[in-house]
Amino acid sequence: MLDFSPADWQAIGLSAQVAVTATLASLPFGFAAAYLLVFTRMPAKPLVDGLINLPLVLPPVVVGYLLLLLLGSKGWLGGLLAQMGIQIVFTWKAAVIASMVVGFPLLVRSIRLGMEEIDERLIQASRTLGAHWYDSLFTVILPLSSRAIIAGASLMFARSLGEFGATILVAGNIPGATQTIPLAIYEYTSTPGGDRMALGLCLVSIVLALAVLLFNEGLVKRFNRGARR
Amino acid sequence: MKLEVSVEKRLGDFTLAADFALEGRRIGVFGPSGSGKSTLMHMLAGLLRPDRGRIRLDGDILFDAEQKINLPPEQRRIGVVFQHAHLFPHMSVQRNLLYGYRRIPRQERKIDPALLIDVLNIAPLLGRGVNTLSGGERQRVALGRTVLSCPRLILMDEPLSGLDEGLKYQIIPYLKRVFAEFGIPLLFISHALNEMRLMTDQVLEFAGGRLCAQTTAHELALRRLGTSQVGYINLLEMHAPRAHDGLFIYTWGEQDIVLTAGGGEPTGMFELSSKDITLFKRHPEATSARNMLRCRVKGTFEAGNRVGVELDCNGQHLVSQVVGGAVRDLDLVPGSEIIAVIKASAFRRLY
Repeated sequence: MLDFSPADWQAIGLSAQVAVTATLASLPFGFAAAYLLVFTRMPAKPLVDGLINLPLVLPPVVVGYLLLLLLGSKGWLGGLLAQMGIQIVFTWKAAVIASMVVGFPLLVRSIRLGMEEIDERLIQASRTLGAHWYDSLFTVILPLSSRAIIAGASLMFARSLGEFGATILVAGNIPGATQTIPLAIYEYTSTPGGDRMALGLCLVSIVLALAVLLFNEGLVKRFNRGARR
Repeated sequence: MKLEVSVEKRLGDFTLAADFALEGRRIGVFGPSGSGKSTLMHMLAGLLRPDRGRIRLDGDILFDAEQKINLPPEQRRIGVVFQHAHLFPHMSVQRNLLYGYRRIPRQERKIDPALLIDVLNIAPLLGRGVNTLSGGERQRVALGRTVLSCPRLILMDEPLSGLDEGLKYQIIPYLKRVFAEFGIPLLFISHALNEMRLMTDQVLEFAGGRLCAQTTAHELALRRLGTSQVGYINLLEMHAPRAHDGLFIYTWGEQDIVLTAGGGEPTGMFELSSKDITLFKRHPEATSARNMLRCRVKGTFEAGNRVGVELDCNGQHLVSQVVGGAVRDLDLVPGSEIIAVIKASAFRRLY
């Protein structure tokens, strides 16, 4: 029935690769950002919070365009990297960065909600028992926010799978190199007779999204069992 | 332990000002809720920064605003037992217990976990998750966790107020045993007078954010006699119960006391209100009350419209209460002999 071309298979593989990389690479930053927002008395917290959440409310195209300006060969970061022989724009790395920026607010939000639920006195207890702040961070805060981290990571993974607007601008739509599932679907829909293939890729998207949700549920259940032990 | 504190802290429209120096092992901080007890505890533990002043423990500076010293909690070696235990929910009882123990240098691990587990009677709980524990079990594990971190001082913030009356008095013997066995100084925060009297010697009394008296739990209890409906509560530690005629005979000092309720543990703590002690000038020939104790009057004090009478019963201390007229009729002057008559049913067992 579904007869995917090699390019389609590449798009499916690339989508998974981009989403996994973006999620894993964002996790430490998302955790750190949530920690700073919840547990420190940082100045200008509302501003930092606003900046982190901005990609959530901005059109992805705007994010993509700004990233293109930043990472392009004439952008200050892109120029710097170009001197070191690293090219980001129009490679799969650009797709990863686009996914990271767009999915980051979802990750931080979720982890933050989990951290806010931690009773502050548990952290105080660990400190009075001789734990340094970083010790508390890894032995109390991290395990107690693990469910929120999983939830945030699944959300971000799913968002990365669907990322389109920012990706098409900063990574382009190059089959076999930067073409992910949404971009492939977009191309099929503008090609005569591509409807069936578009629908096939849509099905793949649905299956992947469902798998992520089920995986997430399963993990959360396991953690709940662990906590009740 | 020597503790010198002179701090001020403003929290909204509440200000705490405390200035005291004391030496001792069993210290109480007493006062109604909102009097600043917990704020003081947080500042001692390093969980809250005072606005100004200094805190010294055994000569070491823990906080000094002028010298800009503020040791973080993990460097103060002051343990805290919180009101609601606050065990780590993601760890087993055993991992909770050893959390602090694993974080101190080997040469400072002065307390043997096995011995402590035995004293607290928590061996059967070790493998369990903390969410399956009862309130009393949680509090015992929390105490064990703090003691095993080998602190120089343990702060207990209303550790019993989350427990019901019966459970509270089941925990107190464990507390007393642990502090006696391991010799750790204690600062016990509570608004319950009985807890103060059972756990502390010296008491700092707070009200409205001010230290209003540096006193003893006994003095506090005597002062209550004039205002409280229940009078002064005598606490009697009695030993070696024997069943006799459907009643129980306990040894209290050198004399025997007859009680309606008792048995079980070889040592029991009982409370007896000053209202339930009747004084007679001469030994009555017969009375329905089962206890007639020969006492000597140590002194009297006025409290409201009542008079408290401090008695010495063969070396044991007892406080009774009478009204003014009775003082004249009984000729209650220091040194006079008197008979204290107490019903067997007037005693209430605490533990």
